[in-house]
Amino acid sequence: MKDTFGALAIKTTMLVIAALLLFAPFLFQDVRALEVAARICIFIVLVASYDLLIGYTGIVSFAHTMFFGFGAYGTAIALKQMGPGWDAVAFGTGAGVLLSLVVAAAIGLISLRVKAIFFAMITLATASVVLVLASQLSQITGGEDGITYRVPELFKPTTKLLVDENGQVLRWFGVKLNGKLAAYYFVFLTSMVLFFLMLRITASPLGTVLKAIRENEARAEAVGYRVVAYRTFVFCLSAVVASLAGSVYAVWLKYTGPETTLSFSIMIDILLMVVIGGMGTMWGAVVGAVLMVMAQYYLRDLMGAAAEAMAGIPLLPEFLDPDRWLFWLGIIFILLVYFFPKGIVGTLMTKGARR
Amino acid sequence: MNKLSDTLGRFGGVNLLPVALAAIAFVLIGAPSSWVTLTIAGLSMGMMVFLMASGLSLVFGLMDVLNFGHSAFISFGAFVAASVLAALGGWLDGDNIMLASAALGLALLAAIAFGLAAGLFFETVIIRPVYRDHLRQILITMGALIVSEQIILAIWGGTPMTVPRPAFLHGAWIIGDVSIEIYRVFAFGLGLAVFIGLMVLLNRTRVGLLIRAGVENREMVEALGFKIDRLFIGVFMLGSALAALGGAMWAGYETLITPALGGEMMIVVFIVVIIGGLGSIEGTLLGAIIVGLTANYIGYLAPKLALASNMILMMAILMWRPSGLRPAVK
Repeated sequence: MKDTFGALAIKTTMLVIAALLLFAPFLFQDVRALEVAARICIFIVLVASYDLLIGYTGIVSFAHTMFFGFGAYGTAIALKQMGPGWDAVAFGTGAGVLLSLVVAAAIGLISLRVKAIFFAMITLATASVVLVLASQLSQITGGEDGITYRVPELFKPTTKLLVDENGQVLRWFGVKLNGKLAAYYFVFLTSMVLFFLMLRITASPLGTVLKAIRENEARAEAVGYRVVAYRTFVFCLSAVVASLAGSVYAVWLKYTGPETTLSFSIMIDILLMVVIGGMGTMWGAVVGAVLMVMAQYYLRDLMGAAAEAMAGIPLLPEFLDPDRWLFWLGIIFILLVYFFPKGIVGTLMTKGARR
Repeated sequence: MNKLSDTLGRFGGVNLLPVALAAIAFVLIGAPSSWVTLTIAGLSMGMMVFLMASGLSLVFGLMDVLNFGHSAFISFGAFVAASVLAALGGWLDGDNIMLASAALGLALLAAIAFGLAAGLFFETVIIRPVYRDHLRQILITMGALIVSEQIILAIWGGTPMTVPRPAFLHGAWIIGDVSIEIYRVFAFGLGLAVFIGLMVLLNRTRVGLLIRAGVENREMVEALGFKIDRLFIGVFMLGSALAALGGAMWAGYETLITPALGGEMMIVVFIVVIIGGLGSIEGTLLGAIIVGLTANYIGYLAPKLALASNMILMMAILMWRPSGLRPAVK
C-alpha cells in the first residue's frame, strides 16, 4: 500500500518526537523539561496499552490506573522495605505484574462474557475500591501521603557516570553525566522497548483477531475464535504492560502516592489521550500523550495569565482558573468524540486516501 | 433440592435475600437494639440509593443507553438543595413546622426541577447524537461528567458545604433502648413513596405500559406508531430528577457535602444496578436494600471490611447470577 500524505506526515512527526525524546536531556536543559519528557515516555506506554483494549479490541475499562498503581506501589513498597537495590526493583515489579495478572484474569473471566457496558461499570467499581483501599491501608501504602523512598545507586543525581581528571562529573554539551541522566535513559529505553513490543503485537495475527472481535463479535466467534479467551488475554496483556509502566514511573519519581498513580484523574487523562490521539492506532497514543502532557504542564500557566486578564468579569475568571483546566479539556473531549471520533492520527491517516 | 428451591420461589425467591441477610446479621450481632438501629439505617440508606439508581436502570432498560454522567445529577441535586436550604435558613431555625417543611419541600422541589431541566438538556445535547454506539456513549457521558464536576467546583468551590436540616427532622425517637433517627425514617418513607409511585406508573398507566413494551421490544412499539423517542426523553428527565432528589436527600443525611459526593455515590449506584439487574425497578430496589443493609451490618461487625464489602457482594452475586438478580433486559 502506498503511503498517503497523512500517513507520511504522521511518520515524520513520530520520528521528530522520537528524536526530541532521545536527545531531551541535551536539548532542554532544565529540570522541568526533563520531568515532562520522562512523563511523556511513560504515558506513551500507558496509553498505548490502553489503546490495545479500547481501540483494538473495543473493551472499555476504567481500571487501567489500578494496574498502573499496582506496578508503582509494588516497586515503591519493595524499595521502601528492602532498601534501594536492584533486587527490590525486580521483586517489586514482579509482584506488581503478578498481582495485575491475577486481578485482570479474575475480572476478565467473570465479566468479559457480559455486555461491554457491564464491564465498564465493574472495572470502575473495582478501581475505586482499590483507590480507597490504597488510601486507607496507610501502614503499607502510606495512605494519602504516599511513599517516598530511595532508588538504586545508579540513578542518584550525585552518582558520577564518567569523571574527568579532576574527579568532577564529566560534561557533554554542557550536560552533567550524572545519575539523573541514567534514570532518564532507563525510562526512555524501557518505554521504547514496551511500545515497540505492543506495536509488533498489533501487527501480528493476534492483532487482526482482536480487530475482528471489535468489528463483529458474533462473526469472530462463528469463524472459530474464542472471543472471551482473546478478550481476557488482551486485558491481562495490557494490565501487565500498564503495571510495568507503573514500576518505571515509581523508579523515576522516587515517590508513589494515590495522586500520581491511582487517582481517577489519571484515568481521565489516559482516556483523553487515547481519544485525542486516535483510537486503534498505536501512533495515536504517542500524539495524544505528547499533547496532553505538554498541556498539563504548560497550559495551566497560560490559563493563569488569562484568568488574571479577565479579572473584572464575573464568573469567567472562575472558569479560566488554572485548576479548572479539566473543564476545557472535557469540552474538547466531547467535541472530539462527536466530530473526530478517529482522533488526530486516525483523521490524518485517512485524509490523503480520499483524494 | 428442587423442592426446596420451588418452595423458596413461591415465597418470593431472590426477594427473600434481604430478609435472610437481616436474619444472619441478627444472629451475628446479638444485641437486638443495635440490630434494629442498623437495620433501619440500612433500609433508609438503601432507599436513598434506590432513588439515585432507579433512573439509571430505567434509562438503560428502555433505550440501551448507559449514562456514566448520572452522578452529575446526584451532585447537582445535593448542591442545589443545600443552597436553597441555606438561603431559607431563617425558616428552618424557627419552631414553625409549617415554614420548615415548606423550606424542605422547596429545596427538594428545586432539586427535582433542576434534575428535569438538566435531564432534558443532557438528553438532547449530549446523548441524542450517539444512540446505539456504546463506546462513544461511554466516552461522551464520561466527558460530560468531567465538565459537570468542574462546573460544580467553579460555582460552589472545593470546600465542604454544611447542609442545614429542618429542626423537626433532628434527633431520634427512643423506644425502649432502641434509638431511631427521624431523618432516616423520613428518607425511608420518601423512597418507599417514590417506589410505589413508580410501580403504579409502570404497571397501571398507559404510559407505563408503553415504557414496559419499549423495554421488551423497541422496534415493535415503534412499528405500532408510538413515538418512543419522546417517551424516552420523559423517562430520561424522570430518571435525572430522581437522581437529583436522591442527591438532595443524601445531602441532608450527610449534612456535610463536597463536590466529590457524586463520584463516591456513583460507585454504589453502579454496584446496585449491577446486582439488581439492568432495567428493572424491583431489581434496583432489591439491590439497593441489600447494599444498604450489608454496608451497615459490615460497618458494625467488621469495620475494616466495610470498604471491600460492596465489591465482594457484587462479585458473589455476579458469580451466582451473571446478569443480576432480577434483570429485565436480555
